[in-house]
Amino acid sequence: MGLNLSPNISDPDGFYDELLAAHDGLTDVQSDALNARLILILANHIGDRQILRDALSAAKEAQATPDPV
Amino acid sequence: MIGASYQLAYTLYPYKKVAAQDQSAQSHPVVVVGGGPVGIAVALDLAKRGTAVLVLDDHEGVGQGSRAICFSKRTLEIAARLGAGCDMVGKGVVWNVGKVFHGNDRIFQFNLLPEEGHKNPAFINLQQPYFEKFLVDALRKAQAEDAPAEIRGRNVVTGLAQKEDHVRLEIETPDGPYAVLADYVVACDGARSPLREMMGLRFDGRVFEDNFLIADVKMKAAFPTERWFWFDPPFEGSGQSALLHKQPDDIWRIDFQLGWDIDRAAELDSDRIRARVDAMLSSQAGYVPDYELEWTSIYTFQCRRMEKFRHGRVLFAGDSAHQVSPFGARGANSGVQDADNLAWKLDLVVKGLAPDTLLDSYGEEREYAADENILNSTRATDFLTPKSRTSKVFRDAVLSLARRYPFARPMVNSGRLSVPCVYDGLSLGGPDSLKGPAQTRVGAPCVDAPLDCGYLLDALTGHFAILAINTPPPSLGDSGGIKVVSIALSTETDDPTGALAVRYLGDAKQAIYLVRPDQHIAARWAYATAGDIEAAMRKACALET
Repeated sequence: MGLNLSPNISDPDGFYDELLAAHDGLTDVQSDALNARLILILANHIGDRQILRDALSAAKEAQATPDPV
Repeated sequence: MIGASYQLAYTLYPYKKVAAQDQSAQSHPVVVVGGGPVGIAVALDLAKRGTAVLVLDDHEGVGQGSRAICFSKRTLEIAARLGAGCDMVGKGVVWNVGKVFHGNDRIFQFNLLPEEGHKNPAFINLQQPYFEKFLVDALRKAQAEDAPAEIRGRNVVTGLAQKEDHVRLEIETPDGPYAVLADYVVACDGARSPLREMMGLRFDGRVFEDNFLIADVKMKAAFPTERWFWFDPPFEGSGQSALLHKQPDDIWRIDFQLGWDIDRAAELDSDRIRARVDAMLSSQAGYVPDYELEWTSIYTFQCRRMEKFRHGRVLFAGDSAHQVSPFGARGANSGVQDADNLAWKLDLVVKGLAPDTLLDSYGEEREYAADENILNSTRATDFLTPKSRTSKVFRDAVLSLARRYPFARPMVNSGRLSVPCVYDGLSLGGPDSLKGPAQTRVGAPCVDAPLDCGYLLDALTGHFAILAINTPPPSLGDSGGIKVVSIALSTETDDPTGALAVRYLGDAKQAIYLVRPDQHIAARWAYATAGDIEAAMRKACALET
């Protein structure tokens, strides 16, 4: 199975809340470090190199797309 | 004066005037320029094969300073074939365990302990002057047995002209200039290669903006024989990383990563070095042990290679052709593998048994190996010296995760230690018609295994070999004048530990391997006729494509 870019998290609002809560009270430097640790933990969990590669591309492409006006 | 830029550890080939200096330029089949580890390995290999070789070195022996200290199993296997391996293993410090620290905390430990059944250890630490001396000793021994080699010390090559059918070298000596002619020249004259400069060839790559301080100290210390590496060391003034590693003669290599903007002269002041070393040792031992500073140096490094290692009749080998960072012990070790790859090919070409195009495969194979070494070395360096804020964030994330979670430990990169290159899919490779183990696929160096008597690699003495396991080796009709030895082994009687079957058969019942003179596998089959083997040999010698 390839990279899933369709909704896949139950209770998306709840997850988003938890993600932000994890950064509560952190400085930008601490937040960057937390994000890096999180990326590495999730990447290891996924493991599949092709999915990881696709995820990197998907993330980069999203930035390349101009913001909707 | 020309040719005396460093102090010698051993004077091994003092300048002596030879008759050729008063004669017209004499011809030599092979001239090796540079008597370091790579040059001597090429010369020794050629001479043992009976091809005459002249080594020109700008000094009279081996330079001081421990320099390269980590020698890999593959290097020791090559040295064993050349007759220098026992001395090296006998003198060297065998080590297997490496520990990685982040600050005060140990975050990772690795064990290079090889699987059982290899004659040589994974690594030894040995000061480079010993390594070089043992090679020259082996060359002297070979000369005494009529191997056609000659070393001329204080012979500085000052000019090179490549002609249609030879190379002319201009040489400066204490008695004035003379010239020699060579069918082939092997340039083993180091990272600053004067020959490369003379030929106007480029040497491109990445410069890493960092300085490393080496302090080799002599002390009786109770530290274990392990490689200790610190990221963000907890001791004062140690820089961003530090290394502690044992060598013979109670010498310890200590390495500090100092960063880019430093005052080299100030950092080399012995009081300043002692302050750093004191802080490091006392943090580990609880006190400052007595020690002497044996050798100190500050180095920077680059990862780069020549685009082509072969330029007509001039072949570049070792540091003259490629340079890597020291993390991974891929400098001297890869240079010795260059020598191993080149010598048998030059020998066959000089003897007229293989076409000159065989030497193109030297470039093909060793450029491929250099890319692999540079890739590994660059990755290690990027981990040690993050190049941007974000790369440092990720590096530190890996280090902090590695303390707690095993998954992050393989990402910790304090150097990926040298392993030999597998020449996958390159021109000389023949058929792989055995569903056999990956580690002995075509292009790989033979993996050692215990036999009933001795070890497999000891039986592969530098000729083409047919290794027939559980099947009789076919008799070759015509090998084109090239010596081939047959080795018939049975896993019933010759495989006391079962390693031979695991490493060479896998699930197969029988196998025939064609092994090159450098112990790399040229082809393998479950069943092969003499014709199959002869065809693979012609391919391995560039007699057909």
